Amino acid sequence: MLLAVAGLWLGLVVAPADAQQGDAYRIIFIHVPAAWMSMFIYLVMALWCAMSLTLNTRLSAMMAQALAPTGALFTVIALWTGALWGRPAWGTYWAWDARMTSELILLFLYFGYLALRHAIDDPRRADRASAVLALVGAINVPIIYFSVKWWNTLHQGASVSLTAAPRMAAIMLSAMLIMTFSAWFYAIAITLIRVRAIILERERSAAWVGELAGAAR
Amino acid sequence: MSLAEFFAMGGYGFYVWGAYGLTALLLAVEIVAVRARLRNARLAARPDEDAR
Repeated sequence: MLLAVAGLWLGLVVAPADAQQGDAYRIIFIHVPAAWMSMFIYLVMALWCAMSLTLNTRLSAMMAQALAPTGALFTVIALWTGALWGRPAWGTYWAWDARMTSELILLFLYFGYLALRHAIDDPRRADRASAVLALVGAINVPIIYFSVKWWNTLHQGASVSLTAAPRMAAIMLSAMLIMTFSAWFYAIAITLIRVRAIILERERSAAWVGELAGAAR
Repeated sequence: MSLAEFFAMGGYGFYVWGAYGLTALLLAVEIVAVRARLRNARLAARPDEDAR
């Protein structure tokens, strides 16, 4: 958590050192990391779901359960900052552009996953049902990622990719990467805290939980 | 650059601070909520005093 705060602070301090296309571009430092995280968390969640389905392990289902709220949160942030960036840059808060629409579908997938979990009382049945939903929904992630290539719409192409040199100034890129790393550490930390709570909630009846909690008093 | 200029963000202050503000708010809410959830889970997991 300390590292995440440090990274966030550094990103915010580094960011004001550069402004070329007006200050509105500064939204990129949260928009892009949040959008990356929203997709990546979903993929990790789907991976844990696949493991829980095939290996029938409880902990992997709990990890997926712990990741979903944070993934939904990053999706909301990506959409919100995108809207506030789109207004000054494109003149509109929202358009039914391929990327925005598929990112919105991602948000509904997170919500659907969480709603399905809440709707089923038996945790093990909830694990299986929601894992199927998450795996089917995983097809949306490549659609989001490649949407700017497949459809020629409002959202611009990727500024940074693994295969080509980044098309942005070094100082902006480094600030953005620092923000991305801090988003990573934040997501890891918050998910691990949440999974601890989930383990305690779900394994309450197991003897070792009571012993640990009693000992930690 | 003055502090006022920094907050004005070249006229884009509403958009920039709106984006950063909501992000900070949401993260803060999540941290508080998750910590409360862990605390409650810990309390609930403690064996009853009577039962020991």
